[in-house]
This record gives sequence, structure tokens and C-alpha cells, in this order.
Amino acid sequence: MRTTTRTRRSRSLLAAGAGASVLALVLAACSGGGGGGGGGGGESSAEAYKIDCSKYDQFGDIDGKTVHVYTTIVDPEGAAHQASYEPFTECTGVEIEYEASREQEAQLPVRIQAGDPPDIAIVNQPGLLQTLVRQYDAVLPAPEPVVKEVDANFSADWKEYGTVDGTFYAAPYDANVKSFVWYSPSMFEDAGYEVPQTWDELMTLSQQIADDAKSGDVAMPWCAGVESGDATGWPGTDFIEDMVLRTAGPDVYDQWYTHEIPFNDPQIEKAWDTAGEILKNPDFVNAGLGGVDSIATTPWTDAGFGILDGACWMHRAANFYQAQWPEGTEVAEDGDVWAFYLPAQTTDEKPTLVAGPFIAAFADRPEVQAFQTYLASADWANAKAVATPAGGWVSANKNLDPELLATDFDRLVYATLTDEATVARYDASDLMPSEVGAGTFWKGIVDWLTGADTKQVLDQIESSWPKS
Amino acid sequence: MSAGGLTQGPQVVLPEPAVDAGRGTRAGRLSGRAARAKRRLSNPWASGIAIVLGILWTIPTIGLFITSFRPESDIRRSGWWTVFGNLFTGENQFSLENYQTALYGSSTNLVQYFVNSIVITLPSVIIPITVALLAAYAFAWIDFPGRNWLFVAVFALQIVPIQVTMIPLLTAYVDVGIAGSFWTVWLSHSIFALPLAIFLLHNFMKDIPSSLVEAARVDGAGHVTIFFRVVMPLLVPAIAAFGIFQFLWVWNDLLVALVFAGGTPDVAPLTVRVAEMSGSRGGDWHILSAGAFISIIVPLVVFVALQRYFVRGLLAGSVKG
Repeated sequence: MRTTTRTRRSRSLLAAGAGASVLALVLAACSGGGGGGGGGGGESSAEAYKIDCSKYDQFGDIDGKTVHVYTTIVDPEGAAHQASYEPFTECTGVEIEYEASREQEAQLPVRIQAGDPPDIAIVNQPGLLQTLVRQYDAVLPAPEPVVKEVDANFSADWKEYGTVDGTFYAAPYDANVKSFVWYSPSMFEDAGYEVPQTWDELMTLSQQIADDAKSGDVAMPWCAGVESGDATGWPGTDFIEDMVLRTAGPDVYDQWYTHEIPFNDPQIEKAWDTAGEILKNPDFVNAGLGGVDSIATTPWTDAGFGILDGACWMHRAANFYQAQWPEGTEVAEDGDVWAFYLPAQTTDEKPTLVAGPFIAAFADRPEVQAFQTYLASADWANAKAVATPAGGWVSANKNLDPELLATDFDRLVYATLTDEATVARYDASDLMPSEVGAGTFWKGIVDWLTGADTKQVLDQIESSWPKS
Repeated sequence: MSAGGLTQGPQVVLPEPAVDAGRGTRAGRLSGRAARAKRRLSNPWASGIAIVLGILWTIPTIGLFITSFRPESDIRRSGWWTVFGNLFTGENQFSLENYQTALYGSSTNLVQYFVNSIVITLPSVIIPITVALLAAYAFAWIDFPGRNWLFVAVFALQIVPIQVTMIPLLTAYVDVGIAGSFWTVWLSHSIFALPLAIFLLHNFMKDIPSSLVEAARVDGAGHVTIFFRVVMPLLVPAIAAFGIFQFLWVWNDLLVALVFAGGTPDVAPLTVRVAEMSGSRGGDWHILSAGAFISIIVPLVVFVALQRYFVRGLLAGSVKG
């Protein structure tokens, strides 16, 4: 009996100790995951943007009402979003209750099922919007004033992303452009390298840098990283999607994410292999960080920092990588870092990978519709630009005044978005069924980078596509 | 262990030899045992292993602690262990900047979340203990039909995973109209805590010699008097133990608060804020270490202050023998 008691006691002590160490490990793991210098949002400017209030007369007397908004955008970026709602509150007297959580994507369906949806949710992917519409029948179609605003302010492509089964539900909110390559303008200038205009030029440049690297002490051409906690792999899927757009074209891209052609179609395989010419070439990656397989374990937030140390030359990442650079990094055409458009086969075509959240409404009270209308308007886009003095934010709104955007880089992103030559396609992994787009596609990237061959990875992803 | 040893003999007091060692006629026998136990426990091998495990388990916490004082650029460039090497070169830089950012860096002061955590935790500890004490007393000392079956049912409720209850429970809260308020969190934590609380307190109450209760009854005491004058004073260690247990669980809880109360600053506890601290894209992870240390101060103080109850009381309730 004594023995039993002792074992029990030591076991419970063990358990307590184990609990503590697990907590510490989890925290340590978390702190190893992210990266980057934050920024992006920051303090809102003192004077808010002035808007025309008469637009909201049509919604009747809504003074004193409250609209509950549920987003994934937490502080510091969240503060700028809240500030951008102020002109609306001043006009109408409607209070905006802003709730942000990084768990929003998991929490939203729970609240909907429990009968407690927010008035408005900023939904991060069209895939989630489709789930909310098809599975829960919870999202309300966009009201007439919102449709009018979207028709006036957004391209048909963007309207289409917010449309499910022929009904338009959700206006676009922010916009991100993913087809960028970050580099150091001064390093390029010192070495006499030119910003490449076509894919072939990019490969030639990479080879040249790699050759120079072998002969001297100059760094490797590329650095990359796809580690992102439980979403590890997603930066790699963006690279592949960019390659599908470039080697197979936008039409095949559409067939690919809608599964009209299988995931292991030869055209898709070719895109992976083209990406592999960079990502799986030990002469090109992974500068200062290790071999090809180190891409899988390098946090995406820190992967490009080698450019600052002169350890690597180019890093493909989205426009929001701007916010990841450590504090004090000058993002400018003649500064520490800048980005060029990831070139296509020829200079005539400009396929571009984009992404962005959407505004889904779960209530049709007049004040909610008024707020929806405001968010879809050029007024909001301009107010948001003014409220984001640190930069790192753009919208696909055609009537946004680019002069109000905070940084040159944001203007470049906006110019890319609104360029006539740009053929924009939404991030495919966000459009695929989540089993693939947020599951096997991510895992496939990791397998592929750690040694599995393309065919094998594609077959595996194809077999995981849900049968319906 | 045998069921026969439940209520008679010296076994009853085994879980707390320290308390009983000095009193009564069993003192001599017990001190002999204590000596034997001491001999066994002070085995140098066992001590060595315990120390090694202790160090191993503390390393991540120490790393986190050191990290929380390092500047952002250092956190990103090198591991915390490099500070030991740098001690000799004097290159170390420490600052409170991470704590500054964690406390005041967002639109809502962290103090607000601290207050919310306390407002959530105290009722979530007091409610289940109060209810469980009454229930445990009834299960232990009031004979009513179906008592054993009911007790088994309560005990079995422990195996229901929290996750499956979330949507139905939230639906019920929405129907009643209390969704998004503190009530949802208080009630949920009470609901989830009760099965274990009743089980532990019941076992402890059962261990009280029935002669004590019977003597009180003979003297004319009713259930209320017995409960407050006889049982409660004897239960203090068990109540304290379960109190700490529940306090730590509620204070560290993220899931229940996030699902039921949501993330608005007027109800969200500290854990919800710390989970958001790294920013929308996880770029600000360097302040997580500081946030973690701020949030564990209170549970650490509670645990250290009451830990002797924790080990003693928890064992007293669970190990009958």
C-alpha cells in the first residue's frame, strides 16, 4: 500500500512537471514560428478622411445603432481598420463594434451554427465564403446599394470571387498581390545586374549569380522559406500557382482549381518542375540557410532577411512581406529592399496572383447594409489609405486615389493590380476544397522540398481530392 | 489496494503523515515508517534523476525568460543560449521593451485583460466548489434511492470531451440571451469542473470516519450543522487543492473563453489577448515571451503560495488508502 501511495504521488508530481514543460515547449515553439518586424498598421492619423454623408440617407434613421464586425485582423493592423470606420460613424452615428481573433476562421462556423453570427464578418478566402453559403446557408446576398458600389469600383474578376453559385454575396475588402520578387537595389547596382523582364532573363540572372558565387564570395541567388506553424507549406503553394499561371496560362489555371483537369495533369507537373528549377536547385537555394530541404524548415517571415545581410539576392514573396522587414529597413526603389514583378514568359503578358478578404453579411438591418455599402465604396478605400500611415495596405478598388497610399511600394502594388495588362487570378489554394488547398497541397510542398519527386507528390494530392 | 482498508486502521491517515505523525498513539509506528520512507526517498540515484529531470524541464522556461528580455533583433538572429557565451564579451543587451510593447502596445491596455481574467476566474472557481461540496456531502452522507447510480453517472460525465459540448451549449446561451457575456464563461467552467470536483470531494468526505458524523448526529446535529461544523473544517485541504486546480485551469483556458465570450476587449481574458499578440500574420512573435511571462505571474503566485495543499489535498481525495 505504501508503495502504491508513493507511486501515485510521484506520478502526479511528474504530471505537474510534464504539464509545465509542455506549456513551456509550446510557448517556445510558438515563439520560434513567426517573424518579421510587425508594422503595417500602427497609429491612426489625427485627421480622418472626409466623406460625402448623403449616400447614407437612403438607409433611414440609423443613428445610435451598432454593427458588430468580426475579423482576423488583430492589432497592430486592427487599429488602422478601426480608424478607417470613423468617417462612417461620424456620418451616420452608427457605432462599429470591432472584434478580431486569429481563430476567427474556426469560430465563425461555430457561432453560425449556434445561431449567434456577427453582423458582418471579414472572410479571408472565397473557399470559406463558399462553405458558409453552401453548407450553412448563412450569408445574405449583397443588397442593391452594395452591388452598385462594387460594379462601379471593382473589376469583374474581383466581383466574381465574391460570387457563389451565381449569386453575388461579398464585396472585396483588402487586396494582396503575391507575384513579387524582393531584392536589394543597391546590391544589384553594385554587381551590374539588371531587373529581369522575362522568365528566361530571370533564370539567366540566377545562373549568373550562382556562377559568380562559385568563383568568388558572392552569395547564392535565392532564399526561400515555407515554414508557417500549422500552415507550413502555403508560401510554396503560391510559388507553384505563379508558375501554373506562367507556364500553362490562366485558362488552365481555372480548370486546375475547379478540378476540370486533374491535379497531376502534365501541364501542372511542368509548372512544378519549372518552380523546381529554382527551389530544388542546390546551386540556387537556400542562401545562408542550408540546402534545398532547409526551405521547409525556414520560417517564411524570416526567409528573406538574407537579402539585408548580402547572403542572398532574391526572395519571392507577397506584397505583405513589406511588413516583415525588421524595423529600420528602408523599402524604396533606392533603399535597402524593393520588389520587382515575378516575370512571365514574355513582357506582353502579366499574369498576377492575388488574394484578399471579403465582406460577408449575416444581417440585413439598415445600419448593417449602410456599413456594407460604405466598405465597398471608394470613400472607405481612401479613408483606409489615410488611416494607414505606415503603409502595407492596398485595395483593388479602381477609384482609390493612389496619392493617398502611404508608401511608394503600396503604389507599385496598386499599379500592378489596376494595370490593364494584368491578368489577375485568385490564390488557387484558397479556392480549392480545404482538404487539398489547406491540407495535402501544403503537405505536398513540404514532401516535394524534402526530396519526393514531382510525379509522386502530384499523384498523392490528386488522390486526396474529395470525391463528390 | 484492498477495499477493506478503506475506513479502518492507520491507512486512513497515510496520505498526510506529516499532519498525523506527531499526534495520537500511532505516532511511534508512523515515525518508524517515515524514517523508512525517508531512507528510500533519499536514494542518491533517485535524487540525481530528479535533479536531472528538474533541470531538463526548466530549460525551456529559462530560455523563454531570457528571451523575453532580449531586443527584437537579437531574438531573431541568435538563440537565447548565446547570452552565456556573450557574458564574457559583454555584448549582451537586455531591455524591458518587449514587456513595454506587450503591456501597452495595442489599442487596449493589457491591464483590462488582466481584470477580465480575474473577473472570469474567481466565480468560475467558487461556483463549482460550492455546488460540488453540497453534492459531495449528499453523495457521501445522505442515503437516498439511486445514489450509487447517480454517482456513477456524475463520475462518467468526466469522459465527455469539452469540444463536443460547445455548439449545443452556445446555442443554449444564445437562446437564453446571455451569449457574449461573462455568464457564459462562468457557467461553462462550472459545468466542466463539476464532475471531477464532486468525485474528488466525495472521496475525501467518505474518508472522514463515520463515527464522527454519527456522534454529531447523536448530539442532535442536522445535516446543515454537520456540514458546516464537522465536515467543512476537515475538508479545507481538499477544497484548497481543488481550488488551485480549478484556478490554474480557468486562468490558462483559451478555448472556453474564446468560444463563449468571444474576443471583444470587454470580456476577453489574458489568454485570448496573448494568443493575438503576435499580430495578424504572426510577425510580432518576439513579444510572445514577454506576454507569456506576464500572464503566468498570477498562477505562479497562487501555486507557490498554496502548493502544499495542492499535493496533499489532491492525493487525499483521490487515493483512498
